Amino acid sequence: MKIHEYQAKELFRKYKVPTPEGGVSNTLPGIEQVAANLGLPVAVKAQIHAGGRGKGGGVKIAKTSQEVAQAAKAILGMTLVTKQTGPEGRVVQTVLVEKGLAIKKELYLSIIPDRSTATITIVASQDGGMDIEEVAEKTPERIIKVPVNPVTGIQGYHLRRVMFGLELDKVLMKEFGAILKNLYNLFVDYDCSMVEINPLIVTEDNAIIALDAKVDIDSNALYRHPDVLAMHDPNEDDAAEAEAAKYNLNYINLDGNVGNMVNGAGLAMATMDIIKQAGAEPANFLDVGGGANAEMVENGFRIILSDKKVKGILINIFGGILRCDVLAQGVVQAAKKINLSVPVVVRMEGTNVEEGRRILAESGLKLINATDLADAAGKVAELVA
Amino acid sequence: MSILVNSQTRVLVQGITGKEGQFHTQQCIAYGTNVVAGVTPGKGGQKMDSVPVFNTVQDARDKTGANASMILVPPPFAADAILEAIDAGIELIVCITEGVPVMDMLKVKNYLAMKKSTLIGPNCPGIITPGECKIGIMPGAIHKPGGPVGVVSRSGTLTYEVVHQLTQVGLGQTTCVGIGGDPVNGTGFLDCLEAFNADPDTRAVVMVGEIGGNAEEVASAWIKANMKKPVVGFIAGLTAPPGRRMGHAGAIVSGGQGTAEAKIKAMRESGIHVCENLGSLGKLCKEVFS
Repeated sequence: MKIHEYQAKELFRKYKVPTPEGGVSNTLPGIEQVAANLGLPVAVKAQIHAGGRGKGGGVKIAKTSQEVAQAAKAILGMTLVTKQTGPEGRVVQTVLVEKGLAIKKELYLSIIPDRSTATITIVASQDGGMDIEEVAEKTPERIIKVPVNPVTGIQGYHLRRVMFGLELDKVLMKEFGAILKNLYNLFVDYDCSMVEINPLIVTEDNAIIALDAKVDIDSNALYRHPDVLAMHDPNEDDAAEAEAAKYNLNYINLDGNVGNMVNGAGLAMATMDIIKQAGAEPANFLDVGGGANAEMVENGFRIILSDKKVKGILINIFGGILRCDVLAQGVVQAAKKINLSVPVVVRMEGTNVEEGRRILAESGLKLINATDLADAAGKVAELVA
Repeated sequence: MSILVNSQTRVLVQGITGKEGQFHTQQCIAYGTNVVAGVTPGKGGQKMDSVPVFNTVQDARDKTGANASMILVPPPFAADAILEAIDAGIELIVCITEGVPVMDMLKVKNYLAMKKSTLIGPNCPGIITPGECKIGIMPGAIHKPGGPVGVVSRSGTLTYEVVHQLTQVGLGQTTCVGIGGDPVNGTGFLDCLEAFNADPDTRAVVMVGEIGGNAEEVASAWIKANMKKPVVGFIAGLTAPPGRRMGHAGAIVSGGQGTAEAKIKAMRESGIHVCENLGSLGKLCKEVFS
């Protein structure tokens, strides 16, 4: 789960990781008031769940109260498009205003789990404030990676490897070491899947401050973090994806016109791929899970059809524990209730498949039977062509 | 022959009295699996059907000689269940549970490295040696005993699809292992490939991967250097958009890493026969393996 920068900074303050003074608002007068309280200059920052906000015009520095008003007007309510939002962008509903600081040096610092080594990895660089993926590609020697075993936790030598690697001024080491240790503890305590500060700045008076903050939390661990759950911002949700989540369906909206409903994530991905290979484009990823029933199929249909681009639907179910006859009844029941407006190709395989096919054939519905995967993809691609 | 499980395997089920636990235990027993015990704390002394239930894994192992465990407990209790099985000396631990926090698995995996137990999963369908032993939630009927193909996969239903096609074209399986769709899991491709390479009855291998991480690339390099048997590979997720988790917690392309294209390329360069179209996997295996 993603949270906003200002929420991430709340967690930082809880863990004594210094952040600039600031406040949030969702109104123009509110933004001006926060700026007036802080004193000029200030940074005015759009709060959306995507990187690249600065380049998209979502971050502005204001040196006068006039500039504050201009920046607030420009940013609040704007549709911010960045390389991470996609072309449709996001509407900015909340703005963070922070006191401007005199920057001497910009560093990069992040913590991520490394899946292949089962360690927690600290990534740091002297080239803060830049696109870190670009730094990693062009000057990999400028990136320091220090793995920490999660059983032993962070030790002094981990901190030293990072600090000497960054060629940090000795006067900064005590402060930096404390910040990194606190950040590691935050990462572990909050089940983070990423903590990133870009840039972590050193000010003219040698204070170390997290100018930006990005925190992602492992969705599987939210049950033990009710405070993070309360940070959820429904404005950031895709409407159809949020609706699907209510019914325990795993749905991701895509750009194509072939809707598809599959049991199991791997098979769902493979079904999308085979639709593309047949010459069409998948409109979604939808995993109805191993225990799909009539109600889930019905909700799946409704969510797929809420996407107006959809011209045809492919249902691909491998009946294992879930029997094909039960599923077929579910499909028929749901299709009758929903009044299907587009053709549906059904490919079923597995337990009780003959009975399932018979139920579909005798339903009186315009369901198109496919014999195997290749046949199914070919048929649906033809229908939407 | 087979890998990891056979007709001698003595299975205990952690979470046996839960809804899922009961159902899948019954399915495993119906398939012929030797389920000797169950564990549900507080229900020791009871029975699930005819299977004796114990309060702790240690108790269950001491009294029944169980050497493998199937875990079907809710995610908040999964790490606890795995660690309990490790400390009780269970040799093979199969964790079906989906939704285990990564932080829990980071600790489990590092602890596991110091111990002798093998962990399959979490978030997996389990392992089956057709005709002998099924520890998991896969439909037994689609499998064909006797080999010659070993199957290893990160997915659930996609594995069933693959196995079904193999059976349809007359290719039986020695053992099928679902290693799970989580970013941090126990047994990986490498362990299974090594075991299949050493198993005389396994004469060919099907490897099913998906986007995210670099396990397929690492496995491909190992295959190129060591594998004596033909391998057919399939990768799901060519059309998956970057930055999105495709159902499985581990199935994500991030920062340009973990793409299907890179995995397919690595497989090809290692001499793996890559299946381009899932619809024709059975046919391809028939051609390559005969």
